[in-house]
Amino acid sequence: MTGRIVVAGASMGGLRAVEQLRAAGWTGAITVVGDEPHMPYNRPPLSKEVLAGKAPFESLAFTPKAAAADVEWRLGTRVVAAGLDRRVVDLDDGSAISYDGLVVATGMRPRRLTCPGPLTGRHTVRTLTDAQGLRGELTRPGVRVVVVGAGFIGCEVAATAVGLGVSEVTVVDPLPLPMVGPLGELLARALLERHQERGVRFRLGTGVAGFEGDDRVTGVVLGDGSVLPADVVVESVGSVANGEWLDGNGLDLSDGVLTCEHLRVGGRPEVVAVGDVARFPNARYDGVPRRVEHWSIPTDSAKHAARMLVAELTGVQADLAPFAPLPTFWSDQHDFRLQSFGAPVLGLGDVRVLDGDPDRDPEGDVLVGYHADGRLVGVVALGGHGAAMGAARYRAQLLKQPALAA
Amino acid sequence: MKVVVDMNKCQDHGQCVFAAPDVFSMDDDGHLVFVAEPDDTLRDDVEEAADVCPLQAIRIED
Repeated sequence: MTGRIVVAGASMGGLRAVEQLRAAGWTGAITVVGDEPHMPYNRPPLSKEVLAGKAPFESLAFTPKAAAADVEWRLGTRVVAAGLDRRVVDLDDGSAISYDGLVVATGMRPRRLTCPGPLTGRHTVRTLTDAQGLRGELTRPGVRVVVVGAGFIGCEVAATAVGLGVSEVTVVDPLPLPMVGPLGELLARALLERHQERGVRFRLGTGVAGFEGDDRVTGVVLGDGSVLPADVVVESVGSVANGEWLDGNGLDLSDGVLTCEHLRVGGRPEVVAVGDVARFPNARYDGVPRRVEHWSIPTDSAKHAARMLVAELTGVQADLAPFAPLPTFWSDQHDFRLQSFGAPVLGLGDVRVLDGDPDRDPEGDVLVGYHADGRLVGVVALGGHGAAMGAARYRAQLLKQPALAA
Repeated sequence: MKVVVDMNKCQDHGQCVFAAPDVFSMDDDGHLVFVAEPDDTLRDDVEEAADVCPLQAIRIED
């Protein structure tokens, strides 16, 4: 087999793409290009175990499958442009690589706040370098921490900081409850109470207007004009797709890279996208293209995209049903876990407690179901292992359901 | 095929149980139990289980 597949992006999505290309029978050359200096590593521990000092880098590195051993890794290098008509990508070192197939796996980067103030002392958590830098600051005695953004990363970082012994940890968010977007009000309220019970403070319903300090940050100015003293700020305000390198190819890059139901990009069968940069319609649900930042997506999407791409390049019929992953996410915070299956966001208008009693037993396990048109579309458990296993019992039911768009 | 699970890493997510139910299961306390030397016909399932483990605690030896 001759020809070359270029994988742009060397994180989990890039690695899984490589492995799945080999599993799908591609024996030609593969070149992976990634801007970080490291081989692919597992990111979820960055906001938890790595920050807490419980996991060294070696424990994060993925072990690539043996079939992927002959792949060329060009690390510390990024793809800066692509000519899809000419089938070539340009790298930041001035070189160019021609390809027969291209996998877009460039992922996301943290969104940054643009309001005025010093940059020093302000952190994000996306890479190993980020997490190591933040850990160095969190372990300084008496440090005051402000976390901007009460989503997954913000809530996890706040919990980890409290666990490290930081006495002043405040989470700021313009929304009225933490993680209310993915969880809805009922569970978000339960989450808020558990965080407060464990020492995390919240300033909700207000945004950030700026940062105080000369050389480095000393305070966070809130939308109402009040100031939170801060030695360390963590910005966890969402992420931005790394898709600019695809500019000029007539693609829809308005939020990640738009794909078809088979993860193909721009109607080009030789270009596929995987991981959280891909905005794909999920055939299981309403067919609306969405990016999904869950950890399970790189693995699921790489498997589908690799089969499509190898079939195209080898002239075989792929004969795959449209991509229809069952979303799943988890989040470990303090001594509890959130565990989800399905698509809770599609059922936020009809939320029912399936197990537990959050009013009477605010620290107990709770399982919540999310419904659309009276039908269960997602579940989220909050609590210990028992709660997560309770959610898992609904997984088979969620898998069996026909598409909403049918 | 030999399956090795780093029990220091395992946090009982149970994703492997969905991927390879003939090899991995949860006991009554919610802790992982698994068949250490499953039949080779289950290799695809076990590879899937290793891929979806959030802690990347599952390894296949030979």
